[in-house]
Amino acid sequence: MEKGLTNFGKEDLEKISSAGIDISEKTRSASFLQEDGEVILTKSLLKGVEILNREEALSRYPEVRKYYGKAFKTLDRDFPKDTEKGYFIRVKKGTVVQLPVQACLFLKKKRFEQKVHNIIIVEEGAKAYLITGCASSKSAEESFHLGVSEFFVHKGGYLNFTMIHSWRKDISVKPISIALVEEGATFVSNYICLHAVKEVSMYPTAVLLGKNARASFNSLILSHLGSFQDIGSRVVFREGNTSAEIISRAVSAGGRIIARGHLKSEAKNVKAHLECRGLIISQEGTIHAIPELETDYRDVELSHEAAIGKISREEIEYLCARGFSREQAQAIIIRGFMDVEILALPEILKNEIKQLEEKTLRSGF
Amino acid sequence: MFKVEELRVRVNGKDVLNDINISIDKGEVLILFGPNGSGKTSLLKTILGFSGYTIERGKILFEGKVLNQLPTEERVKLGIGIMFQHPSKIRGVRLEQIAEFLAGDRGEIEKLADKLSLKDHLNREINLDFSGGEMKRSELFQVLLQKPKLLLLDEPESGVDIENISIMGNVLNQYLKETNASALIITHTGYILDYVDANKAYVLIDGKIWCQGNPREIFESIRKDGYEKCKECEWKKV
Repeated sequence: MEKGLTNFGKEDLEKISSAGIDISEKTRSASFLQEDGEVILTKSLLKGVEILNREEALSRYPEVRKYYGKAFKTLDRDFPKDTEKGYFIRVKKGTVVQLPVQACLFLKKKRFEQKVHNIIIVEEGAKAYLITGCASSKSAEESFHLGVSEFFVHKGGYLNFTMIHSWRKDISVKPISIALVEEGATFVSNYICLHAVKEVSMYPTAVLLGKNARASFNSLILSHLGSFQDIGSRVVFREGNTSAEIISRAVSAGGRIIARGHLKSEAKNVKAHLECRGLIISQEGTIHAIPELETDYRDVELSHEAAIGKISREEIEYLCARGFSREQAQAIIIRGFMDVEILALPEILKNEIKQLEEKTLRSGF
Repeated sequence: MFKVEELRVRVNGKDVLNDINISIDKGEVLILFGPNGSGKTSLLKTILGFSGYTIERGKILFEGKVLNQLPTEERVKLGIGIMFQHPSKIRGVRLEQIAEFLAGDRGEIEKLADKLSLKDHLNREINLDFSGGEMKRSELFQVLLQKPKLLLLDEPESGVDIENISIMGNVLNQYLKETNASALIITHTGYILDYVDANKAYVLIDGKIWCQGNPREIFESIRKDGYEKCKECEWKKV
């Protein structure tokens, strides 16, 4: 029997589920699973969706080779070459995938360094949802995850990418990703990290290369005592008539958060907004919001709003006057602040992720 | 059923209420008049035990129980409900969530939301981008779902258009009649007097109860001569 998602122990399965992976695969159109350095599962139920070990895809398809490193070259940036495996996903021209594609990167071994390079291609006019769950087993003490990802959303394509992190408190993580978005295409990125982690450092970037291209980054971050999260999103506008939105909600329950955002316009007629809200619910917590707007031209509309603070006493008392206890009121306000509705999730994932968030927040900080 | 005895309240080291004595019987509606800053809202917040309102002296009694030391939610559980003048806006918390906590019965929620034209607001974040009138309707909606025995209404009709005042007034009056609940209502406009059966009113000036009497008579006098005249009036002084 092929080793798949069902071959894990109960605890590991719970961890994998907590990163948004559907173990039964019933609500997914394709699945990928890599445990440490080994690709365990690659399965697609749809003809128009290919899902493979990235290394295998590069050796099997000559046309895919030109994609490797292309996104980094576009921004004149270097990238780590010491990666192994990772996933390759290609959604064929015109294919509309209703059920999400899922990919799980799992850490099992102690002090293991998982370094993957993923390539995701959405061909012309195709549309897909991708959910990537990054999780670790109880046994993965002090491990490390490096995830290099290159996204290519071709003309008129649509990719909605959701990444959920569910690590453990002694794991360090470094995702490095760039999305190239062509004319009339849309790239949506949702990031959720509610569990403890030692360190996450990431600054995913979308480059809008064609007219009417659009990008949207949304993130929900809960930072625990001992965690350090330096998390940002950047959009580079290389062509006019493009737009973007960055929304982040960060709650510090004791951890250190740097919430970055950068809108960089290299063309005229660009419209974009950046919103960063932070809530500190513990004396030990810190949040440093760094929103940046940059333009080479006058004819742009770039804006940002950033706000950081604690839960207001008025809001708590308002809810107490409805009969909620102070603790209940605080929990409701935090849950409301981390509203899943800010994410641009497809309906099918929205409820799942709402429940996931409920479960995590209910279990306390 | 509700009494305030010789109450003195301090906020930020300053006396805001002094020697307040109020009594409300079961089923009775008491109207509270007073100029801006006279302490009306402070009185309601003190009754509910909000932070920053320190009772220096006196007692608040509800159904024979002293409330002074109880946390807000315990006072609410005993049967006191408030409709805020300036309710908080809470991002990500939907009206529906609070309604479900208060009522539990979906049918009841829908029915009342329908009566108050709030069906489309149930899924909206509470008070965020609500108009003045929508906020008031949402406040009345919530407080009625709480089914309180004593309603504290802080300017329920301010900012509400005539048509909605009539809807709200009727819904409120129906609740008061059906449940024989009591109410303490702050009003500036007096519109609410057309809908509820109130036979007692107090005027609060500079943190003190200045006079008491028939709500209509007092309202007419304030409308005609203002609160300054009210201050001069000795015959009704409590």
